Amino acid sequence: MPEEHRIILKHADEPDYTRDIDCYLKHGGYEILQKAFKMKPDEIHQEVMDSGLRGRGGAGFPTGLKWKFLDRKSGKPIYLVCNADESEPGTFKDKQIMYKDPHQLIEGMIISAFSIQAKQAFIYIRGEFFEGARILEEAIEEARAKKFLGENILNSGFSCDIVVHRGAGAYICGEETGLIESLEGKRPYPRIKPPYFPAVLGLYQSPTIVNNVETLCNVKHIVEMTGKEFSKIGSPGNTGTRIWCVSGHVQKPGYYEFPCGGLTMGEMINEVCGGLMPGRKLKAIIPGGSSAKVLRADERFKGKLKDGSEFDWGIWDIPLDFDGPAAAGSMSGSGGIIIMDDSTDIVQALSNITAFYAHESCGQCTPCREGVQWMRKISKRMCGGDAREEDADLLLSIANQIEGRTICAFGEAAAWPVQSFVDKFKDEFKAYAETSPVSSESGDKQLV
Amino acid sequence: MSDNGDQELVEIFVDDQSVKVPPGINAIEAAKFAGKEIPHYCYHPKLSVVGNCRMCLMEMGTPMRDRETGTPIMEEDGSQKIGWIPKPVIGCSTTISPGMHIKTESNLVKDCQEGVMEFLLVNHPLDCPICDQAGECSLQEFAMDYGRGYSRYTERKNVKPKRTRLGPRVTLDDERCILCSRCIRFGQEIAEEDVLGFIERGSFSTLACHPNHELDHNYSLNTVDICPVGALTSTDFRFKMRVWFLKETPSICTESSVGTNTLVWSREGKIHRITPRRNDAVNDTWMTDSGREYYKRVEAESRLNQFQINGNTADAGAAIQEAARLLDSGRSAIVASGQQSVEEQYLTKKIADHLNAPVYMARHWEKGDGLLLSEDRMPNTRGALLTQLTTKLPQETLSELGEKMNSGEIDTLLVVGENLIDLGISNEQINKANVLFLGTQSNSTSEEANVLLPGLTVFEKNGSFVNLNFILQKFQQAVPGPAGLIPDIMLLGKLLHRLTGNETPTNINSVWEELSSKYPEFTGISFANIPTEGQELDGANYTQLDFPETKSLKFNPVNS
Repeated sequence: MPEEHRIILKHADEPDYTRDIDCYLKHGGYEILQKAFKMKPDEIHQEVMDSGLRGRGGAGFPTGLKWKFLDRKSGKPIYLVCNADESEPGTFKDKQIMYKDPHQLIEGMIISAFSIQAKQAFIYIRGEFFEGARILEEAIEEARAKKFLGENILNSGFSCDIVVHRGAGAYICGEETGLIESLEGKRPYPRIKPPYFPAVLGLYQSPTIVNNVETLCNVKHIVEMTGKEFSKIGSPGNTGTRIWCVSGHVQKPGYYEFPCGGLTMGEMINEVCGGLMPGRKLKAIIPGGSSAKVLRADERFKGKLKDGSEFDWGIWDIPLDFDGPAAAGSMSGSGGIIIMDDSTDIVQALSNITAFYAHESCGQCTPCREGVQWMRKISKRMCGGDAREEDADLLLSIANQIEGRTICAFGEAAAWPVQSFVDKFKDEFKAYAETSPVSSESGDKQLV
Repeated sequence: MSDNGDQELVEIFVDDQSVKVPPGINAIEAAKFAGKEIPHYCYHPKLSVVGNCRMCLMEMGTPMRDRETGTPIMEEDGSQKIGWIPKPVIGCSTTISPGMHIKTESNLVKDCQEGVMEFLLVNHPLDCPICDQAGECSLQEFAMDYGRGYSRYTERKNVKPKRTRLGPRVTLDDERCILCSRCIRFGQEIAEEDVLGFIERGSFSTLACHPNHELDHNYSLNTVDICPVGALTSTDFRFKMRVWFLKETPSICTESSVGTNTLVWSREGKIHRITPRRNDAVNDTWMTDSGREYYKRVEAESRLNQFQINGNTADAGAAIQEAARLLDSGRSAIVASGQQSVEEQYLTKKIADHLNAPVYMARHWEKGDGLLLSEDRMPNTRGALLTQLTTKLPQETLSELGEKMNSGEIDTLLVVGENLIDLGISNEQINKANVLFLGTQSNSTSEEANVLLPGLTVFEKNGSFVNLNFILQKFQQAVPGPAGLIPDIMLLGKLLHRLTGNETPTNINSVWEELSSKYPEFTGISFANIPTEGQELDGANYTQLDFPETKSLKFNPVNS
């Protein structure tokens, strides 16, 4: 069985590890910060570039490159924002870090803020994590008392403070420009890009870096072990470890930290997670949070990898890194792996997902606002016993009218599950129509 | 009038058609230069860009260059290769750049437009038969032009409030709202009264006033104008009239010296509403709520609609004859008005010259709002200066006139519109003098007048005003005046004829023949050739005057 390689969650689950600063210091806490202050900000940035670190929030964008886009000539203050809105269904990794080891995040943030020269940092935490917000605020208070935060940190001449800001419970606040709007006190309507790229016109129209919790923690470890050493974990282009969150029909769901590409989907499910429930067969896997495209158990995935080598995978062969699920036509997203066995009604599963996205659509732009709600109504009606033959194609068509035409990536997040579910399980959608007990022209069961 | 006139034009390609456009504009505006329409809802030329309706999706590409060397990448045929963005982009936030290519009619663009149209309509009620916006609704127009023509939606539509009172003049039908946010941005960016916002989310989003606020500022009805659908409706106009029955006449608002350009909407001689007319040098696309009420003066109780001599009804000829007799025999003075058109002021000036009568004007200065309501509440003070009806700014009171009346130096007054009681002249003084009153609304002065000469409102005649930026703007007759009344120009012309016995101009064209030959500022102008956007005049001779206007939307005071 593949062994976990814990870097981020190294101490989190140790029985005597507590989240207070004394315990953190006992385990070498804030030593890396002192090391970082001996470096130049640009040197830290170079280490992050060398490490090949990719963002852990979902898009997998190279972190060093993101920092490079910062507009340093504007003369405006630079802000660092930690995206702790972790709201993708199937994802619960950042919670572990913040609840069990908050000082690791704070240390990572101070180092990152030092590197990008941000004097003010924010942790935007999802509204439902009220306990997490309290934990972080306590931790920040402890760090301030020990002079790790505030004016002239450890006599380095660098000053920085962190403010914890709780959201009000909206998925869209995980989108970085929506998050920024919310942080400014407005409705979290994502901004149009161009011109509002956060690195140029972010928080308060100032250059801003928004990074995920796990990403910022990784910065600490990169400074500790150097970017070069970090890049040796995993494979080129897929460096470091990732925390995978496995949920659904497996015997041991949970979070597991492995080097990128350090194991396959099969090893993860059948060995690490103890396999499916007894007597069950795999039906489908969503590899990267509910917005990722679903993978069907009996699919074959063929193509060429970035390095030119050809691959021919079954679902168990997909390597768990950034590029593996992407090569299979989906994405690793935020690392939320959702397992569905043969007890799953695929139409109901989709109905559940569309209900989520219809509820969470911010309502700013037309295709997402109207289209996603429409998809919810159709899938709900199908589950209610009034499915029609044309519903599958209609769902596909609506999803196609949303994808790529919205202000933010929510359009894709809502369209991809529909496209992939309907496309790959069309027979089940058609079967629904054939066995549907009610058939109405109006689409409204109550009017029949 | 464009500021871009001197800048170098940029060549772009709209559906492969080369067109030169001013730099810095967006693709929606640029496409117009190629005669192409990019449909849009949320974009408004005078508001910030939010890109939420997605109706202006189009394809865009720019000439490719090698990333390393910067040298252009060429096609085999020698033209520069175009790097097309793989996804459709919105036209409103796409600033054009040299060599940019855009497609407005490709299959992908059509598919986007059909998709967005379908989405906009899935929760939109089929209210068109009872909707005030019908006939001037972008949703109707674009559904016809860019929609599929049928709907695939068979689910239940969302239900929202149908008649929310947002303020004293605006009623909201939330089901019709397409959430374009134009009204919200108008409040934030133009009126600077941030009272509107969205509540709820997703397709249940609803427009509402912020708690304990209502949409009651003096620009609230502009939200109705810019609403692309029938969601925001004018409470005054709601359910009154189908817009396609209405005739549009360009006019000028007489509320202040700004001279807001308007459209007067009338049917069968009755005015139903007034809306702003775009003029980027005067009022952009806005106007005040208060200015929209002015048409109600046409049929007001106080309206003067009969010629009278000493309180008895008379015909026009007799009244003018009596007026001429009194002026000729008395020691006259004239109280003229900034409400008079340039042409009327010119004729008044001629009468004054003939009688050798002093001309007085009263000031109507109030607080301005910094936007479209200036301090000078007379639309044509500058016209009086240009026609040399007066050489100084209007006076706060007419006490000088009062003294002359006391001393007997003046015993006959021709009063245009003003109420002398408000201007420091007593009832006693008025009773002692012969008063000829020319105006549209009755007041205590008109009630005491020996001769009453009823005039026409700005909606019932042709003429021109000079606004605070010395822009000459014309207004045109929208509706006929009350039976038996004649245009003020004709009235003053006939009066002048009676006084002098000479041939005098009695219509607007003959007045302009004299104006253009007499005054250098008016040289070359005839009424017909005053452009609809107005004509800037030379106001250099008047810079030393202490005009009351402070900064407003399109005005920067010289002496500040």
